[in-house]
Amino acid sequence: METITAEIVAKYNYWIYVVLMMVGFYAMIGKRNLVKKLLGMNIFQTAIILFFVSTGVKKGGGIPIVDKYQALAGNIDAATVVNPLPHVLMLTAIVVGVSVTGVALAVLQRIYREYGTLEENEILEKTQQ
Amino acid sequence: MSREINEHTAGEDLLIKTSVRLMVPFIQLFGLYVIVHGHYSPGGGFQGGVILGAAFILLAIAFDLKISQKYMPVTVNALFCNLGACIFIGVGVLCALVGGLFLDYSALDRLLPLGEIEWHSFGIFLVELGVGFTVMSSMILLYWNLSSGGAMDEGL
Amino acid sequence: MKNLALLATLVTGALLLYGTKDFPAWGDPDAPASTYLSPTYIEEAVSQTHVPNIVTAVLGDYRGYDTMFETVVIYCAGMAVACVLWRKREE
Repeated sequence: METITAEIVAKYNYWIYVVLMMVGFYAMIGKRNLVKKLLGMNIFQTAIILFFVSTGVKKGGGIPIVDKYQALAGNIDAATVVNPLPHVLMLTAIVVGVSVTGVALAVLQRIYREYGTLEENEILEKTQQ
Repeated sequence: MSREINEHTAGEDLLIKTSVRLMVPFIQLFGLYVIVHGHYSPGGGFQGGVILGAAFILLAIAFDLKISQKYMPVTVNALFCNLGACIFIGVGVLCALVGGLFLDYSALDRLLPLGEIEWHSFGIFLVELGVGFTVMSSMILLYWNLSSGGAMDEGL
Repeated sequence: MKNLALLATLVTGALLLYGTKDFPAWGDPDAPASTYLSPTYIEEAVSQTHVPNIVTAVLGDYRGYDTMFETVVIYCAGMAVACVLWRKREE
């Protein structure tokens, strides 16, 4: 029991992201409204972004902006700066997320203009007629 | 400029209109600062481009789409969108044309001898500028189209 | 339908939580993600590009190709929204 508690305390961030990710996952597969599905996808995306950023954390590390002259002299210790690579990847992932949300909202508006509803089962009924 | 906005009847309350009119230039200045100061502080093309786009989206929310299209016409917006992508790809192609690898900025030293490492810094700046333009105009285009259902007239 | 979705969610969540058993602890400086490539970036980026912000250096220079296609993605998103929603003004 104590080992499990110690495990949870050491990795509580992953537990939070899994819970957040499952909230988004349930919204994506369990809801009938297309806008709710889109919101679920955004929550899912946020969980993945938080997860990636947290893999770059180092205890006692500073921001990845270093002093230029100190770095040119070769005095930078890699343990005092957090990992910059997840930050770069997530910076681009956030922007792609905005693009995906924009295109999805445009398609949803178009679906509403054609069918007059955003409920999945009503759209299916109308397409089968 | 301000008289035309006052005469226009569309838009929200006077308080909102006046404060937005005061805020927009400072938001744009801050967006440019975030783009060009990305080498030394948190920032860069993506973040600064979103801030620049937010200035025009704020205009479109507080007044209506027509007013924001007066300051950023649809054709100029499309031009910025293309210009940004062309700057980025153009810098890469220029590097290849002068004899280096694609997007290897140190090759540009043969055009203008500033030093190979300085050219890396300057090449990153050019690329960030292109990214900023594209992100700004894409954000504005997304808002214009989504808020008016593609008609680009009155908006919300 | 709703119960099936809840079941799938719970099973997936339990599998993911089981998967975190092998992950490094939070803030561990010796985590695999922080030992392979990133020390090189942190130590070399400033002397190779003269940009103190390592994130900008990696974004614009080491991963320039990635960022270029990222820009193309945003460009395509703007164009796609304009094309999907386009309609004539109602005069």
